Amino acid sequence: MEFLRPATWDEALAAKAENPTALPIAGGTDVMVELNFDVHRPSAILDLNRVTELTEWTNDGAVVRLGASVPYARIIAELSGPLPGLALAARTVGSPQIRNRGGVGGNLGAASPAGDSHPALLAAGRDVFVEAASVRGTRMIPIDDFYLGVKRNCLAADELIRAVHVPVADGPQQFSKIGTRNAMVIAVCAFGFALHPKNGTVGTGIGSAAPTPRRAVEAEEYLRGVLTERGLWESGGPLGAEVVQRFGELVKAAASPIDDVRGTADYRRHALAVMARRTLTWCWNDYGRQIRSAA
Amino acid sequence: MRVTFTANGKPVEADDVWEGESLLYVLRERVGLPGSKNACEQGECGSCTVYLDGVPVCACLVAAGQVQDREVLTVEGLAGENGELGLVQQAFVDAGAVQCGFCTPGLLVQTDALLERDPQPGDNDIREALSGNLCRCTGYEKIMDAVRLASVRKCAARGTGQGAGQGTGQGAGQGTGRNTGPGAGKGGAE
Repeated sequence: MEFLRPATWDEALAAKAENPTALPIAGGTDVMVELNFDVHRPSAILDLNRVTELTEWTNDGAVVRLGASVPYARIIAELSGPLPGLALAARTVGSPQIRNRGGVGGNLGAASPAGDSHPALLAAGRDVFVEAASVRGTRMIPIDDFYLGVKRNCLAADELIRAVHVPVADGPQQFSKIGTRNAMVIAVCAFGFALHPKNGTVGTGIGSAAPTPRRAVEAEEYLRGVLTERGLWESGGPLGAEVVQRFGELVKAAASPIDDVRGTADYRRHALAVMARRTLTWCWNDYGRQIRSAA
Repeated sequence: MRVTFTANGKPVEADDVWEGESLLYVLRERVGLPGSKNACEQGECGSCTVYLDGVPVCACLVAAGQVQDREVLTVEGLAGENGELGLVQQAFVDAGAVQCGFCTPGLLVQTDALLERDPQPGDNDIREALSGNLCRCTGYEKIMDAVRLASVRKCAARGTGQGAGQGTGQGAGQGTGRNTGPGAGKGGAE
């Protein structure tokens, strides 16, 4: 096994092109578990810790470009305002020690359906992009095209994740996760929700309840229709129990979970409906307050 | 491969390091620092918590090659040069927060980091900070006492405040429990 230590992003891309089977490592919170248990013996390890620009983020007012290695602890501390859904998801990742090391790039690279970032990224909208680069150039991959299967993403062998581009929130966002305790749990299932009043859409993201993280498309369309047709974006008025219930049912129907050690498929479906109703209610209450205080 | 880094203020060098090896293995088996414990090897238990460039991390999840030219502070580094226990270490001894001791090194480093950031944490802050450190002996209550005691002593040494405590009477899971009450809270008084 080789240990590759590029000092710059260009060196990292060159190393990945030369060693396409090299396993990138940044925070190590996934990769080292596999190495410690000898699950995986890659030809080479490509350490990205020296590439300091991966730990930087920028915000141009419309979009946050989040470096792949910005640790969750800093997402919570520095980006709760512009990226509230992702920051809430980050709070549920592992433990303080894990949040000091792990970042969204690793979550995307591993592409586990249980990764905590994914539901928040999906809910943040269809204009979330993974910035992937290789010596051949840079690709902006829409988040909806990124996940291909269980622990599979659409990266080419010579590509590395440079950053993820997430629109700055223009409405309330929420994240909810089921686990056996508050800390150190892999999600039994998770749900992200966001209101996007500027373009009159809503975003959803389902975690740990399908082969990939997935959007509840029909639930989004249903709610968007209701909010628009009934003038609720303008009024911020009550949604009514029927709408909340229906939204929960559509989220539940969008999942295709399995029975496994963390929970049954039935439980996951049930829990998703509950989380969908709760996160919608929390967000809508916040939105209503904003409308009323602006009036 | 060879890895050189700073451990507890001293330059160290490890030879014949396997490329997939963890920092924890290097510390314990190659550079004579077995204080950090190897329990789960998957970041679940926190027993191997060390500072990496001032940030607490699980040493089992850091690849050895990633610490090249960087600074590591282990539980051994919390004690003084002549071996006298550091403030947090002494508080754990005095509060009876150690039973089998396997989780203790990680708890000490994580507590040290907590009190550096916030010398007067509320109980919920303490529980959150230590949520990645598992103890299977104590039931955590003596550990809570030890952190409150360390907080009181640290604040006394700095001449500020009253240390951590039980908060303002909120139940667990509610509010931040920021201390406004007297002294060190339950069992924390010296």
